[in-house]
Amino acid sequence: MEGEPGNFSVTLNLRPRFIDADKCTACGLCTTYCPRHLVDAYNEGLDLTRPIHIDYPQAVPATYFIDPNACLHLQHGTCKICVPVCRSHAIDFGQQPEKRTLAVGAVVMAPGFGRVPESTLAKYGYGAHPDVVTSIEFERMLNASGPFKGEVQRLSDRKHPKRIAFIQCVGSRDIGCDNGYCSSVCCMYAIKEAMVAKEHDPEVDITIFYMDIRTQGKDFDNARIRAEEHFGIKFVRAKVADVMPWREKIKITYATMDGRHAFEPFDMVVLSVGLDAPADARRLADIAGFELNKYDFCKTATFAPLATSRPGVLVAGAFQGPKDIPESVTQASAAAGSAAALLREQRKAGIVVKSYPDEKPVEEEEVRIGVFVCHCGINIGSVVDVPDVDRYVEGKEGVVYHAQTLYACSQDAQEVIKEKIREHNLNRVVVAACSPRTHEPLFQETLKDAGLNRCLFEMVNIRDQCSWVHANEPEAATDKSKDLVRMGIAKARHIQPLPEQTVPVTPRALILGGGPAGMTAALAIAEQGFECYLVEKASRLGGSLRDMHYMLDGSDPAKLLADLVARIEANDRIKVFTNATLKAVGGFVGNFSSVLAVKKGKGEQEQTVEHGVIVVATGGQEHRPDKYLLGQSKKVLTQTELEKRLAGRAKNRAPKSTVMIQCAGSRGDDLAYCSKVCCTHAVKNALKIKELDPSAQVIVLYRDLRTYGYAEDAYREAREKGVIFIPYEVDRKPQVVKKGNRVVVEFFDPLLQEEVSMTPEVVALSVGYVPQDTEQLSKLLKTPVTEHKFFMEAHVKLRPVEMAVDGVYVCGMAHSPKPLDEIIVQAQAAAAKAAMPLVKGEVEVEPIVSQVNKDLCIGCSLCVNLCPYQAIQMVKEGKKRKAETIAASCKACGICASHCPTFAISMGGFTNEQINAQIEAFGAQEEETTNG
Amino acid sequence: MGQTASERKGAVMVVGGGVAGVQTALDLTELGYYVYLVEKGAAVGGVMAQLDKTFPTNDCSL
Ligand SMILES: Cc1cc2nc3c(=O)[nH]c(=O)nc-3n(C[C@H](O)[C@H](O)[C@H](O)COP(=O)(O)OP(=O)(O)OC[C@H]3O[C@@H](n4cnc5c(N)ncnc54)[C@H](O)[C@@H]3O)c2cc1C
Ligand code: SF4
Ligand code: SF4
Repeated sequence: MEGEPGNFSVTLNLRPRFIDADKCTACGLCTTYCPRHLVDAYNEGLDLTRPIHIDYPQAVPATYFIDPNACLHLQHGTCKICVPVCRSHAIDFGQQPEKRTLAVGAVVMAPGFGRVPESTLAKYGYGAHPDVVTSIEFERMLNASGPFKGEVQRLSDRKHPKRIAFIQCVGSRDIGCDNGYCSSVCCMYAIKEAMVAKEHDPEVDITIFYMDIRTQGKDFDNARIRAEEHFGIKFVRAKVADVMPWREKIKITYATMDGRHAFEPFDMVVLSVGLDAPADARRLADIAGFELNKYDFCKTATFAPLATSRPGVLVAGAFQGPKDIPESVTQASAAAGSAAALLREQRKAGIVVKSYPDEKPVEEEEVRIGVFVCHCGINIGSVVDVPDVDRYVEGKEGVVYHAQTLYACSQDAQEVIKEKIREHNLNRVVVAACSPRTHEPLFQETLKDAGLNRCLFEMVNIRDQCSWVHANEPEAATDKSKDLVRMGIAKARHIQPLPEQTVPVTPRALILGGGPAGMTAALAIAEQGFECYLVEKASRLGGSLRDMHYMLDGSDPAKLLADLVARIEANDRIKVFTNATLKAVGGFVGNFSSVLAVKKGKGEQEQTVEHGVIVVATGGQEHRPDKYLLGQSKKVLTQTELEKRLAGRAKNRAPKSTVMIQCAGSRGDDLAYCSKVCCTHAVKNALKIKELDPSAQVIVLYRDLRTYGYAEDAYREAREKGVIFIPYEVDRKPQVVKKGNRVVVEFFDPLLQEEVSMTPEVVALSVGYVPQDTEQLSKLLKTPVTEHKFFMEAHVKLRPVEMAVDGVYVCGMAHSPKPLDEIIVQAQAAAAKAAMPLVKGEVEVEPIVSQVNKDLCIGCSLCVNLCPYQAIQMVKEGKKRKAETIAASCKACGICASHCPTFAISMGGFTNEQINAQIEAFGAQEEETTNG
Repeated sequence: MGQTASERKGAVMVVGGGVAGVQTALDLTELGYYVYLVEKGAAVGGVMAQLDKTFPTNDCSL
């Protein structure tokens, strides 16, 4: 890789698949003929496959490949049986490795994570005993399409295990194997795997051996609680000392907190292995010229979490540091946004816009339907009698052409469909094949290529609905296919072309909240080339960034603050409103109009702004529990107050003795949830105290110490420097009492097995975070909040920064408590998503949205109240009120149409007429079968 | 078409086709850029494609 940002030249090695991707239909015939066995890596070696195979049926690309290290022909020059077997002549042993050079403007590194070496797993009996498995092997065992079809089995005797143990932190938090960090995801996936195993077999007894359960993600603690209370999964805080075969079983020896040793037999042991750096990280870093951290993951900084050391090269996902899917997806969007900002000048220069022939008007023509019935290789054809269904179509009203096809979705079939449309002057097309969910867009595209409106298409699903669910009743499946095809044709007689609609977008963003999240988002959107309004309720920008005085990695939050503020002031695309709040919002994605209330002296001034998208970044604040004498004694501080004191100038700012109490008011107390940041905050402050005065005493009373990721290093450092960490149980919380001038902390020490009382100079409470104003704001924006009043994302994993209302995005503490680096990433991600409609300049509306016939509408507004997307509004028409669809917001769910008492609403592509025709065709079965 | 691959303007290369790489690629196309998604295996998906169900919602999310 050479060059610089905007202008890199990269060289790739392309390895051959030995199969022509354009020809392969993924029918799988070759695999059944291939004579050689091969251990199936996709199934973690728990199954066998063949050298010519595909990992799993839904793989993308859906093309088979040949493993050159296992193939008899490629290794020994023999065999080649697959070549004549393949009906589409896709196998090509002539393919050669290729080198290709590309010009790119930016690079995003997302090579994920690697495997913990087997030598580390061997310490836990892995390899020596077949029933000690890794979590990823266990994951394959649980999978219904995995090697055991979802049945958990012991590899030694194929019996169902009755007692399973999970061992946490294997290959993580362990400097013995050079992985000092916490992998952040294994506690959650172990709980998940344990619960799924329990669902499969409620009798199985499961114990999880752990040091701390780190379920710090948004509402992740619920999973742990459910595992314990609902599924009866046991959690044992202990260090596993030894894993030994013992008769038919495996014996685990462990040491509990009170220093006792115990052992227990299990049928199976699952190792919760951590996420290691990718094996080839070093090579990749050398080629692409960026630095790695000491663990061989990508090196980044707290304030620029996705920038590698080489400008123009970004990073996302687990390679940036171990993380789960929601955070990987968030980072991905953020990295995409950063790359896009870098290449702003070239936006849209490299993309290819497809053009289509003009649409043929068909309204006046007689109906001419073409029907294509698909075999899907053997997927449909081995159950449903496809030739019979095809014959059945003959002579149906409106049908002028019909045919069978081996794979309707293949590239050559699209050509055939286009040709037949021309040849027979077809103006409606019915394809009886698989699911419209996955394939409708493909066929609609074909219609557009042939000059037909894409809505002149109807798909009948004879795979999922017939050959799959009635696999053992071929005749019934064939009859049902005929019914469905007849109904599809009946509907097709009534379908009409629908216009493509677009709504123009106001190319501007409104950002609520001027803390680190809001400021980052504003800059990111401005760097994409769009204007934004940044609205802050306080008199100056900064938010919670003003409460941060030092970071674990030594970087300076005050510098970040100054830098952000300076860049915002210098950017003429950003208009800042301070002392301002949102008062009202109208409109929809692309066309919002909002009223801001701006404080002016004693009064208030209103200002209306027009914008296309909204980013909510209203942040959170420290919770102040009425507990542990907070507010009643000057000796009791929150961690933020302690940080301020430690960052000050006073000589005695480091207390001689401090007791920190974690989860003060959190995790089932005033706040039900974990605030994610307080454990790391406590460790940060403890280290600061030790830095200022190494002889100072610091004791941290905790439940689970959640210094996930690289913060684990700081936790270890704190212990090494003499900070004492003592766990407490929920039913035995520490007490803080006043005795004269002194404040006394009483707690139970599990190691000594006795009550201890201390009189520290300072008691520091880790109090957790609460959202600000979200309830009121959620009413204005019509976006839901969680039970804990944080904004709810549209989908935790797939759409982590979008909200249920189109055009509204969320980031920072308004979404959930999180540390600064994650706030910055999330803000960049929200900005990237928010920029999408602005880049497009218009919002596309699916033609199937609802439409109100105003003559029939009686203005009852039932639909307005029922629509889950706020996509219907009432408008005044003369003196009457009438419903009207906001096409850009409608998701075409059909709730309104099915409830309207006067049938005033119809759904494009699903009109009453069409549905009635289908129902009538269904009832017409009797008649048809008797007539022939 | 017109342009050949080597002169395509404003293209971005994404290395790794796991959930992070795939999402990056999708978002970049939405933002108006041509993307080369480079994956060393035979299919995209990364580790997520091997998982049974995924937390926190314990659905498959494929
Ligand atoms: C047992 C287990 C269970 C888990 N369960 C969950 C869960 O339930 N929920 C959850 O949120 N998370 C879960 N995780 C975490 C989840 O797997 C990761 O968050 C996610 O896979 C990270 O995605 P990624 O794209 O960064 O990396 P990966 O999934 O590792 O993908 C990286 C991709 O890059 C490719 N690649 C690597 N190097 C190169 C190179 N040099 N050139 C080209 N391509 C390359 C790889 O082949 C791979 O396809 C689990 C992890 C494990 C181990
Ligand atoms: S169209 Fe559907 S049924 Fe036909 S080959 Fe493709 S996937 Fe299979
Ligand atoms: S179809 Fe659904 S989204 Fe559209 S207006 Fe009706 S209820 Fe709302």
